[in-house]
Amino acid sequence: MADAAEHQAVPTEDESRRDFLLHATLATGAVGVAVSMWPLINSMNPAADTLALSSVEASLAGLQEGQAITISWRGKPVFVRYRTAVEIEEARSERWQDMPDPQPDEERVQDDRYLIVIGVCTHLGCIPLGQKTTETRGDYGGYFCPCHGSHYDLSARIRRGPAPANLEVPEYIFLSETNIRIG
Amino acid sequence: MSTEKSWGTQAFDWFEERLPIVSFIDNTVGSKYPAPKNLNYFWNFGALAGFVMVIMILTGILLAMSYTPHVDHAFQSVERIMRDVNSGWLLRYMHANGASFFFIVVYIHIFRGLYYGSYKAPREVLWWLGIIIMLIMMMTAFTGYVLPWGQMSFWGATVITNLFSAIPVIGDEIVTLLWGGFSVDNPTLNRFFALHFLMPFVLVGVVILHVWALHIPGSNNPLGINATPKDKIPFHPYYTAKDVFGLGVFLLVYFTVVFWFPNAMGHTDNYIPANPLSTPAHIVPEWYFLPFYAILRSIDDKLTGVILMFGSILILFVIPWLDTSRVRSATFRPIFRVLFWIFLIDCVVLTWCGAQLPEGIPLILTRVGTFWYFFHFLVLMPVIGWIETPRPLPTSISTPVVAKPAE
Amino acid sequence: MRIVLFAALATLFIGFVPVDVKAAGGEVKLDHQEWSFDGVFGRFDRQQLQRGFQVYREVCASCHSLDYIAFRNLEAIGYSEDQTKVLASEYTIEECCDDQGDIFDRPAIPADYIPNPYPNEQFARASNNGALPPDLSLMSKARHGGPDYVYSLINGYPDPDKSTPEMEAELMDGMYYNAVFEGNQIAMAQQLFDDLLEYSDGTDPTAKQMAKDVAAFLHWAAEPKLEMRKQTGVRVLLFTFVFTILAYFLKRRIWADVES
Repeated sequence: MADAAEHQAVPTEDESRRDFLLHATLATGAVGVAVSMWPLINSMNPAADTLALSSVEASLAGLQEGQAITISWRGKPVFVRYRTAVEIEEARSERWQDMPDPQPDEERVQDDRYLIVIGVCTHLGCIPLGQKTTETRGDYGGYFCPCHGSHYDLSARIRRGPAPANLEVPEYIFLSETNIRIG
Repeated sequence: MSTEKSWGTQAFDWFEERLPIVSFIDNTVGSKYPAPKNLNYFWNFGALAGFVMVIMILTGILLAMSYTPHVDHAFQSVERIMRDVNSGWLLRYMHANGASFFFIVVYIHIFRGLYYGSYKAPREVLWWLGIIIMLIMMMTAFTGYVLPWGQMSFWGATVITNLFSAIPVIGDEIVTLLWGGFSVDNPTLNRFFALHFLMPFVLVGVVILHVWALHIPGSNNPLGINATPKDKIPFHPYYTAKDVFGLGVFLLVYFTVVFWFPNAMGHTDNYIPANPLSTPAHIVPEWYFLPFYAILRSIDDKLTGVILMFGSILILFVIPWLDTSRVRSATFRPIFRVLFWIFLIDCVVLTWCGAQLPEGIPLILTRVGTFWYFFHFLVLMPVIGWIETPRPLPTSISTPVVAKPAE
Repeated sequence: MRIVLFAALATLFIGFVPVDVKAAGGEVKLDHQEWSFDGVFGRFDRQQLQRGFQVYREVCASCHSLDYIAFRNLEAIGYSEDQTKVLASEYTIEECCDDQGDIFDRPAIPADYIPNPYPNEQFARASNNGALPPDLSLMSKARHGGPDYVYSLINGYPDPDKSTPEMEAELMDGMYYNAVFEGNQIAMAQQLFDDLLEYSDGTDPTAKQMAKDVAAFLHWAAEPKLEMRKQTGVRVLLFTFVFTILAYFLKRRIWADVES
């Protein structure tokens, strides 16, 4: 064995062939391991049945002006608020360009009356208060997250507090005047 | 070494001084572990078993993430894994067939040890740890087979847990304790899942002890004589290269089964959801339990059958002393070698018997086979050791030919 | 010699495998069919699966559930997303609950599973002379012979002109003779007859053709990932083969100085 080690000072044809084989085998093995890791990791992604249920339909027919309902979608609450004319006016009167996450109210709603957002605080995922009229709605009349004190306005835009972004608007369409499909 | 060390080398040295894990690995399966140079391909199966264990733990943990251990959801959650979870079918087929292949590999490993006398001094503790590994594997396999909650799962669990009712006086209490109820039911499934998840990690612990115990005397070899340093080569790169090749061959067989015959080693009945009110017409355990199942049924008395079955495994603990010959390798033991092959055939026969109904010719064969199993260990092993004249042993591994007796 | 020993031992152990598969003994001879999904590269015949689904829907589904198949799964047998929506909407799902707490009916959507024809097991038994029509989702994997078994069982009824008196004599009340079913008495009467339905693709709907189509469909229902499994297998095996060859030559090269 000691002999073999000393020989390696000058690579012979034999040894370079061995090196090639070594590198080829190692590379193939590494590719094999890397590729076979993917199905293992991917098995943790949402399964087909989970993806199949990722849209939900809801009727807003029973909702009165000033009221709100919460719909469960992908295990998360979706806030739907039927805003009054005053509230819409308030949401639109302020200069959105100066807000932490600037976005005009018009971009955040499809029907001016219905504010539809995912009710998950963009800070660390708590559910903000403000759906019920009895709950505190924060300093801007929209939503208030009790976990770390983020205030959202009547367009669910972040105005004050640690949250970095406005409440997310989910993908949704109006199937009719009062029927929506989220997702 | 007089030149400046690179930043990387310095960091490595710093760490290695505090936790010498790289040297540890190098000493265990690397260039610092000298192994006899004449190990044949049967010595591949130890490393292979380790590899299969890694496959089982990886796929098992991911399956556990999608599995629900509840009688109302277990079967359905397995079907969800098969149909909806990304690559779930692959994980499950790899895991289910991996269990069978784990036993194939380990049984070959054991028979190799029996043939070449690897259980003899100074490797008795190494051998014990191996048997403990097999016992843990059996418990893990059994609890795992219950989890899909098919008909075979349920009735297998019922029959095997009922074995303990054979224990006098407290038998029934023990069975109730195992079940957590008055029959195999949700508490049983729940705890079997917990145990099935736990035991592989216990297994890893014992495997580490097994490898440790291996490194004290070093590997045995086909000649069974002590290898001198001159007869040894570093494990890396020689045996790592050989093990990688062996792994490739193993994977070819394993993948063929996983991708084309994934249900060949399973039971069709396990695709029927568990029904506590109806036992399938023919219940048989998984193939790797069949010889022990045959021994269980070889005798009409319940307690004796159970004792014989457990005894058939426990007897392995004492064979280092039952074998009175000081020659390790069967290569130099003309009579023992023949007996080894007869014993192997006996195990195959018992396996076949385990799958048959215990009546007629299979029952006779079962009884003869069971008798021979114990006769081999309890009588033949000690007696042959005394009366057999071994062939002359070579003086060293490098000169086996010199000592070959004149014909 | 070593290699021979190795091969012998390996064969012995692999040889264990078929032992228990045929353990039952006294198996009936099944009518073996050629299936498009057999073999190394086997694939499903989408047309056949759709015909089989039609047979299931128009014949079997009145008694047999198919619990693990959702309408969305039918895309895998060649229906478009819109077609599965239409198919699903023909079924009614009982949903709990509306604002008043009442169970209400709604049309099924692709994410729904094919509804069970019976509300519960007792009802199913009461409607079938005490027998429970089994769920068919896994039938093809839950019986020895798989699709051949399903095919043979559906065709296992005697020709009324040729049935022997012995066949009739031993039958219990409400049972039918079947050559393939265990015990030869089955609670299900013969279901498939020539021209029972009309195939939209123009295939001649003989009883045998329908049996074969529905057996293929049920095999898909039991093992929907079969195609992906075999295709993945071919790639994995080729890759492993190349790796093994490389590893073999590397091993030989490394061992050259020891074995000489």
